[in-house]
Amino acid sequence: MKVEEKLYTLRWKHDKQSHIAITDQRICLNTCGAAWRRPCTTFCPAAVYTWDGEKIVASFENCVECTSCLLGCPYRNIDWKLPRGGFGIEWQSG
Amino acid sequence: MREEEFDAIVVGAGPGGVAAALTMARGGLNVVLFERGERPGVKNVMGGVMYGRMLAEVLPEFWKSAPMERVIVDERLWLTAPESVVTMGHKHVPHALEPPNAFTVLRVPFDAWFAAQAEAAGVLLIPGTTVEDVIRENGRVVGVRTGRQDGDLRANLVVIADGVNSFLVGRAGLSRSLQPNEVALVVKEIIALPAAAIEERFALDAGTGATIEVYGTVTQGMSGYGFIYTNRESLSVGIGALLSQFMTTRITPSDLLEGFKAHPMVAALLRGGEMREYLAHAIPEGGFRAMPRLFDDGVMVVGDAAMMVNNLHREGSNLAMAAGRMAGETAIQAKRAGDWSARALSRYQELLEASFVLQDMRKYERLPELVERRPDLLQLYPQLLSEAIEEMLTVDGASKREKQRRILRRLLDRRRWWLVLRDAYEGWRAIR
Repeated sequence: MKVEEKLYTLRWKHDKQSHIAITDQRICLNTCGAAWRRPCTTFCPAAVYTWDGEKIVASFENCVECTSCLLGCPYRNIDWKLPRGGFGIEWQSG
Repeated sequence: MREEEFDAIVVGAGPGGVAAALTMARGGLNVVLFERGERPGVKNVMGGVMYGRMLAEVLPEFWKSAPMERVIVDERLWLTAPESVVTMGHKHVPHALEPPNAFTVLRVPFDAWFAAQAEAAGVLLIPGTTVEDVIRENGRVVGVRTGRQDGDLRANLVVIADGVNSFLVGRAGLSRSLQPNEVALVVKEIIALPAAAIEERFALDAGTGATIEVYGTVTQGMSGYGFIYTNRESLSVGIGALLSQFMTTRITPSDLLEGFKAHPMVAALLRGGEMREYLAHAIPEGGFRAMPRLFDDGVMVVGDAAMMVNNLHREGSNLAMAAGRMAGETAIQAKRAGDWSARALSRYQELLEASFVLQDMRKYERLPELVERRPDLLQLYPQLLSEAIEEMLTVDGASKREKQRRILRRLLDRRRWWLVLRDAYEGWRAIR
């Protein structure tokens, strides 16, 4: 089963505004691309981060708030904040 | 110092935060409990095993009302090679032990129930509210800032229980930021199966449960392990590894879990099950050496926020509940003395030092470093053990002495004898 299918099992209360921002896309393009091949595109368990050829696109609606990207970006270039109260993932089992 | 309307603010309605809030409320303190989820539990994930003793010390006779899934009677350890498994375990007949030693839970219903017990004891629960910062005056924590309008609230004490990768621990000046080798990333699925099928597959009496921790090749060379826990009508099936190794190997968490579920011995247990929920969370893995300072003027830290996880024994929520209770007892004394300074709150550290919480954290303080440096240990030796047992069980006309020679040769072909000795010494030193 692909991760996209797995995400269909989940429920969120989506905020209009994103709680995720990339601080400096140039780091993703150059530095990280060369040295790390953008690990956020592989370690994120909800496939939030994709590379569109020019920049990292962060699909914040998929975020399951595992907090890995806070530490997993080698350049601390992901500005991840806790979603506003009541928004974000709502686990059914936990 | 001015007296505040609230004695204590607790941030985070998980096992640690609720245990602290409940203890303080029963001790007569005015307590506010903030939770960022719309209700307690909806943001919380763990593998699924909880321990009774530490919960009973907060909530005597919890087993009469707690939403437990299955009481564990069978605990197994698997060492996997690609097409085989070496198994060990311990199983006992169901007994009427109260409190039950270990049981499985699903955190969404469990945490909701636990927080409701705190509310019944007088805790003011404020869900749907994210605490974004602590308020500090003259170096002392005096309250919290929430995401709501006019959302500042002051209290004599703030208990930080906001979980792994705590923002507040940093904001309160108690710790540096964590490193990617200090957390594991774990993914899990809830796989629905009828109770009768679970009881048949795991040879269980009704209501009793089994756990399996799975080491070896299933982690694809990374430091980590998989698990299968039985719930009433589902299995919790998950696997994790250090985040730093996910970054370098580029194995995706979802693929790692798919590989685990496809291992022939795992697949046999899951057959016909229906996937209900896919979950992911970080787990603190840094151990004792990565713990933050646990208290300061007007503040204490409990649970995952304080790195209180004993990985080797898959314990965490019990450390959090014990720490929460001790933080609560410390606060009750602080209130009595009218002194919320670091000096008064240092009693929290003393209680932790005198208990299994810090004693166990200290015992394994060398383990995280070894686990990270030598992921190969959990690949090579399970594989060799599996081959050795298979050799001894294969009746092919070779004498047993010849078989022993073959096994030794296999070992020494892959690793020189002095390195084997060093591995054994390092392993022993990390867990002694």
